[in-house]
Amino acid sequence: MAEVQQQGGGGKDGGKVRAKKQSTKIDMTPMVDLAFLLLTFFILTTTFNKPKTMEVNMPDKVDNPDQQTKINERDILNLVLAEDDKIFWWIGLEPPINETNYSANGVRRVVLEQMQANPKIMVLIKPKDEARYENMVNILDEMEITNMQRYAIVDYSPDDEAIITGNIPVEEVVQEAP
Amino acid sequence: MGKVKVHRNPPSLDMTPMVDLAFLLVTFFMLTTTMAPQEPVVVDIPSSVSEIILPDKDRMIISVADDGRVFFDMDNKNYRAQMIRQMGSKYGIAFTDQQVNAFSIMAGFGVPLGSLPQFLDMDPEDRNTIQQPGIPVDSANNELSDWVVFARMANPRVRVAIKGDRDTNYKVMESVINTLIDRRVLRFNLITNLESEG
Repeated sequence: MAEVQQQGGGGKDGGKVRAKKQSTKIDMTPMVDLAFLLLTFFILTTTFNKPKTMEVNMPDKVDNPDQQTKINERDILNLVLAEDDKIFWWIGLEPPINETNYSANGVRRVVLEQMQANPKIMVLIKPKDEARYENMVNILDEMEITNMQRYAIVDYSPDDEAIITGNIPVEEVVQEAP
Repeated sequence: MGKVKVHRNPPSLDMTPMVDLAFLLVTFFMLTTTMAPQEPVVVDIPSSVSEIILPDKDRMIISVADDGRVFFDMDNKNYRAQMIRQMGSKYGIAFTDQQVNAFSIMAGFGVPLGSLPQFLDMDPEDRNTIQQPGIPVDSANNELSDWVVFARMANPRVRVAIKGDRDTNYKVMESVINTLIDRRVLRFNLITNLESEG
């Protein structure tokens, strides 16, 4: 199709001089390429941008303290999600309080290290009110990435506040080992 | 007699049918893929490594904007009609058939029940212009919990999905999640973008 045919000196008939006609044919190949490219692009992007989901299972609310499972405090890694994307963590009930963040080097490393040090460890995630929803999603994501299966989202209590700010109340909260 | 080579036209392929075919395919895909439903509020969802895809039907989506407003959406017109009738009878608001119809084809909404009749009477274009205040989730007046209950009564198979903005305060999310837990919805989904590399 990519021809510009010159029918110029066609037929000489009767001595009439004909103006040279040039018929132009447009090459459609690039247009077809473009159409298929657009088509492929749209097929792929509309199937790929279906939003993904994270499945979350929450434990049932248990009001009766006798029914709550008791865990040895040393098997607990507390992660407090604070404002400004900060995370405070500590083991059990005691300081030292450490601070980390959501980068690959941050909480992920902490969780992996603690998992290695203590295979029985369980993570309690305590988001503060000032934390953002993205913080919670990121933490759940990190649980999935580090393959930590024992974790729970619990309320941030004044006891946790006390531990972080360093004002530990006089009477210690004792949790019995099972 | 000179040797005359017969001048042959090089074979040329007429591309017109192929262009027709390409545009036919484009039209087919444009018509068959469903249009994204119009969201009442723009939500910037966080990302995660999860690759599970939300199924297309039987889903209830609770959207939470970054300022804490809560929106509710559920697919399937019949369940929606059933749901709003039951909400009406619980709260003593009589919805006209026209309002029920408008509700069943609508997308997500975020208005307290008191303003719902006027909201439904508005034109669809006008609805998009006003700022919806969100469904109340506070403990004094937890309408969200009623919507969830009636939605599950209308469609027991419905899956709950939460679409929260990244910057939403955790406090609001906590009240939404607690609402669900109180209503015995212990398994739900959080809608996220696919994270490219952690």
